[in-house]
Formats: sequence, structure tokens, C-alpha cells
Amino acid sequence: MNLVQAINDALKLEMKRDPRVVVLGEDVGRVGGVFRVTQGLWDEFGDDRVVDTPLSEGGILGTAIGMALYGLVPVPEIQFADFIFPGYDQIVSELAKMRWRSGGEYSAKMVVRTPVGGGIRGGLYHSQSPESLFIHVAGLKVVCPANPYDAKGLLLASLRDPDPVLFFEPKRIYRASRGDVPEGDYTVELGKAKIVREAEAAPGKPAVTILAWGAMLYEAVAAAEKALELGVECEIVDLRTLWPVDVETIAASVEKTGRVIVVHEAPKTCGFGAELVALINERCFLSLEAPPVRVAGFDTPFPYTLEMDYLPLAHRILPAIVETARY
Amino acid sequence: MIQEPHATLRDSDPDVGLFTVLREDGSADPATDPKIPTPRLVLAYRHMRRLRQLDARMILLQRQGRVGFYGACTGQEAVPIATGLVARPDDWVFPALREQSVMLVRGFPLRQFVAQVFGNSGDVLKGRQMPSHPSGKQVHQVSWSSCIGPQIPQAVGAAWAMKQAKNEAVAFGFSGDGATSQPDFHAAMTFAAAFKAPVVIVCQNNHWSISVPTARQTASRTIAVKGRAYGIPSVRVDGNDLLAMHAVLERAADRARRGEGPTFVEALTYRIGAHSTSDDPTRYRTDAEVESWKKKDPVDRLARHLRKIGAIDDASEKQLDDELGAEIAEVIKAVEELPPPPRLSLFDDVYAEPTWNLREQRELLAAIPPAPSH
Repeated sequence: MNLVQAINDALKLEMKRDPRVVVLGEDVGRVGGVFRVTQGLWDEFGDDRVVDTPLSEGGILGTAIGMALYGLVPVPEIQFADFIFPGYDQIVSELAKMRWRSGGEYSAKMVVRTPVGGGIRGGLYHSQSPESLFIHVAGLKVVCPANPYDAKGLLLASLRDPDPVLFFEPKRIYRASRGDVPEGDYTVELGKAKIVREAEAAPGKPAVTILAWGAMLYEAVAAAEKALELGVECEIVDLRTLWPVDVETIAASVEKTGRVIVVHEAPKTCGFGAELVALINERCFLSLEAPPVRVAGFDTPFPYTLEMDYLPLAHRILPAIVETARY
Repeated sequence: MIQEPHATLRDSDPDVGLFTVLREDGSADPATDPKIPTPRLVLAYRHMRRLRQLDARMILLQRQGRVGFYGACTGQEAVPIATGLVARPDDWVFPALREQSVMLVRGFPLRQFVAQVFGNSGDVLKGRQMPSHPSGKQVHQVSWSSCIGPQIPQAVGAAWAMKQAKNEAVAFGFSGDGATSQPDFHAAMTFAAAFKAPVVIVCQNNHWSISVPTARQTASRTIAVKGRAYGIPSVRVDGNDLLAMHAVLERAADRARRGEGPTFVEALTYRIGAHSTSDDPTRYRTDAEVESWKKKDPVDRLARHLRKIGAIDDASEKQLDDELGAEIAEVIKAVEELPPPPRLSLFDDVYAEPTWNLREQRELLAAIPPAPSH
């Protein structure tokens, strides 16, 4: 299964299990979404459960909140994460604050699904990675899977979690990421990172921790392979849930290696890497052997022609690994 | 131009007239009289008078520094009170600033309403919102947003879910005239019509969005006429006429319950007081304008009608005033002495269970002395 099929499988499974789950968004019905993530759901569940909406992200998210208040579990799809901003107020001022502002009386349980990230020749309106803009808002959970197994398990966990979840789907690896996905029901716990490559530091043999998620995880792995040829081992942590982030797994790894690189597509300044480095400084300062490093998108709008130069691909991660190891 | 409400709800008038029942002499126009039973009108009057007194007391408390803020609905009481009477217990209400009091008509305790203004431990919302932003699940009322407008598509979404549930519930979504300039208004009207949602969308056109007049909000002849382009039957109604408001809202709700979809209502009214306790309306409007609208005061108009039909008199008015005054004074006394919400409750309800960062921050706050007061 690829990532698209795994997400589709999770939606289908949960819609069968829980009649409150309703998929809505632009083109999610008959055509099955522009990336075909919801393909077949309309045929199986019909107009009441899979709803093509007018072209209005504010309308999709605003009505989804009303549906959730009344007891449904909406799964709005925002066609590209770049299109989420017309509905940003509904997420930031309403969805995120619903439980808190009502003294715990109301909640608006939903999972907002949206494709994220670059590398698909999408230009500035089809490529951005706005995760930090949501992590910064109290009340939201933010998830980004990097493989089909996690995508299905994390989506099922997100749908059953009591809080609203932003589910970012790395579109560059929608079809490229393939793997075995069990049939039937299973969940991957929210808030737990996964160490996808282990490393041990030894005297005279430094190791580097790399924190990554989504499509950039594969760039980190590719860079780590090259680094190994140069004699540097890397421990790679796939964060999977960006918020609440698994700070314990991160801290344990950094305490072990003393060196850390954060990789993300979003612009460097105030990106999630900034928060991760701050958390590491607060928790692991005395274990650090080198300054934490961010390899990120540049502080420019997302480019069309030069997107591969913009992205923090393996060729940019590798020198950072070597420099951090030699510091 | 006066219209029969059935006709207006069928949207047969291209000019979108003004539906009115109460005439200047206090009589009901026989052509439009919805024939609301007298005890119901007396109840409506009681609620309107209670709200008038409550608003006056709350503004006084703000001037005395006893509460932080207040947004009154003086001059606009007919709309929330009619809504509260028309709404059934399983209906939902998504108010804007001037319709908070719908919840009081639907049985939300005055004590908790006032505690929300004080923001203390008697407040269901645990002191988290500014005054005049209440909500209460027991009466299916959701909080409005100071950002203006987000509650309108939410009302449509709840109505959409009611339609899926195939029950006869209805959602009422409110806005002021200013909110009709927001994308959320457009989204709500678009979605409500496209999904034939059982929702009544009400715009209280009180002529002023803080200091900006409706003429600067829109070049449209009326606000009601906007509904036409969305394919929503729309009606413009005298918002200072309790009988007219009740008739229009009831018929709009009935349409929704019958599966006939949304109705858009422009309630023409006027904000007699300031936008809020932070506003000074003398900077942007004339006393003469305010005085002319005071003559159309919704409480006075209903009183004139009730006197005319012999339902109230001087003695009953005085008794009502005394009763309401005593009730409100007693509630304020009981609520004002309540302590603030517990400090550590700050971290509750952000998530269903506090995340690690909130647990850490709660410990931090617990370990430091209380902050100085304002």
C-alpha cells in the first residue's frame, strides 16, 4: 500500500465503525479528491457521509465546527495546506479554543486532513508547510506521518482522540512511500516518536541525532547513509506527532549523542525547529557537544523553478551532519 | 410597506419591504397580527423589562469598576426575547453580541449569567472569557466570537447535522450589520442554501458597527435583499416590534422544521446605547438620531400594546419593576462575593487531558506566588 491507499483505508474503516464520521471538502465526493485520497468513499457511504462542498475553506471549517458541536465527527479535507488560510480564523479562534472557552462544556472533535510540503512543482500555493502556525495555537494536535503503516494507525488514533487534530499528509511521498499495512483495525499512539535508525556515540566516534518528519525523513535517511560512508553514525527520530511532541524520546537521543540536527521544509525562522532546539537547550544543555543545527527551508516564499534548491534535501543535510560531528 | 409574513417568507416582494405588526397607537395591525396569546406577550414583556434593567445595572457596575466590560442590547430587546420564546428546547442558538440574553429566556440561570460578567468561580466558563461572551450547553447556546462572524457558518453546520439526524431541531445564527461584510457571512449563506439546512440566519441591523454606519458597510439597498442572491427566502422585519419578530421567527423556524431550508431575516433596529462600555457614540452620531429611535423603543411599544389590550396597568408595571429590581440586586449580591476561579484551572480544558507542557507549566504556576491584581 502507498500513503494514499493507507489513508483511504483508515477513513473507510472508521466510517464503517463510527456513523458519526463525515468527510467533507472540495472535490472529495465523486472524484475522490484531487489526490484520490477519498476515492470510493462516496460510492460506499453516499451523499450524507461524503460531501462535496462549495469552494470555501472558511465555510468548510466553520460548518464542520457546527457539525462537531452537534455530535458528528467531521473530517474536512483542505485541498492543499496552502489553502487553509481562508479558514484559519475558524481553526485558531474557534476550533482550538472551543473546549477551553466554554469551560469544558463544548468540544468540536474533528480531524482536518490536508496535503503538505513541496517537491511536486506546485509553486507557492501548493507546497507550503504551515505546521508551526498550528503548533503555536493552544488546543490543537498536529500529526504528520511518513509511511503508510503510520498514516493508517495515526489517522485512526486521530479520529478517536478527543481533541481536534490537524493531519498533515506529505504529498511528495503520497505514492512514493510504500509498505505493508495490516488489514483491519490498529492505531499508532499520538505523541510518540519513532527511532527509525539507531546510533551509538563512542570515544573518537561521534554520532548525530536527526529530527525529521514527513517527506524530509527520507532525505535525512539518505544523508545518514552518505554520512556513514564518511564514518559518522546518525540516529534518526521520526517525530510522527508534531504536537504534543515526544520530548522524552528526543531528549533521550540527544543526551546519548550530544549532537542534533532538525530538518524541516518550512522556513527556518520561527519554524518548528526553533521550538525543538529551545526544548533541547532547556533539557539537554549539559549533554550537548555541539550547537544544535537547523536545516530548513529558506526564509523566502516557496519557489516554483528553484524548489529543489529551497528544500532541505540530503545534499544540504550531509554537510550539516559532518560539521556537527566534527565540532 | 407592510407585508403578510407568509408572503414575505415566500420572498414574493422584489423590494423587500418591512414587516410590521404594532402600529403607533399600540394596536396590532389586523392584516399582520400573528395573534400571539396574551400570557405569552406578558411573558415576553417581562423578559424585555428584565433585560433592560439587567443591562442598566451591568453598565453601572462597569462604571463603578466592579466588572471589567459590558455590551448592552438596549433598544434591541425584541430580537433576543422573541428568539428565546420561539426556540424549542432542542434548538441551538449561535448569538452575536446583542443576543446573549436568548439563553436567559430559555432557562439559563440569571446567577450564572451574571457570574460570567464577573468572571468568577460562579461562571460556567471559569472566568476565561470577557464579559458578554457567555455560553451554556444546558440551553444549547454557543459563544459568539469577538472576531465577528464565525458563529454564522457554525450555526449552518449544526443545522446540517440536525438535518442528517432527521429531527425537527433548528439552529438560529445571528450577526450584526457589520458581520455581513465578513467572508463567514457569505460562506454561511452559501452553505445554508446549498445544503438546505434548517437554519434561521438573523441579522440585527442596528445601523452602527461601532462607529461605521450601515451605509459604509454596504451599498445594497437593504441587507435582507442580499439573501435573494443566495437563493434564500428573506424578510426584512421591524426589529423593534416584538409581535412582528415573533411571527417572522416562528414562521422561519417552522419552514426549517418542515425541511424547507434556511430563511434570512434582517431585523431593523437601533443601538440606543454605546457599542460597549469602551465606546463613546457622541463622536460619530447625533443626539437627534438617537432621540428619533427612542420613540420606537421596543419595550415601550410592547407596553403600549399591552396597556391597550388591558394586559398591564400602572400597578402591575410597578410590581414588575420592583420584582425584577429585587431579583437582579439579589443575584448581584450573591455573585459578586464569589472568589475568582482557582489559579490552576487555567490549564484545564485546553485539551481533554493536559499535555506534558501544560503539566509542566501548571507546576510552575503552582510554585510561584499569585500575580498582583490589576
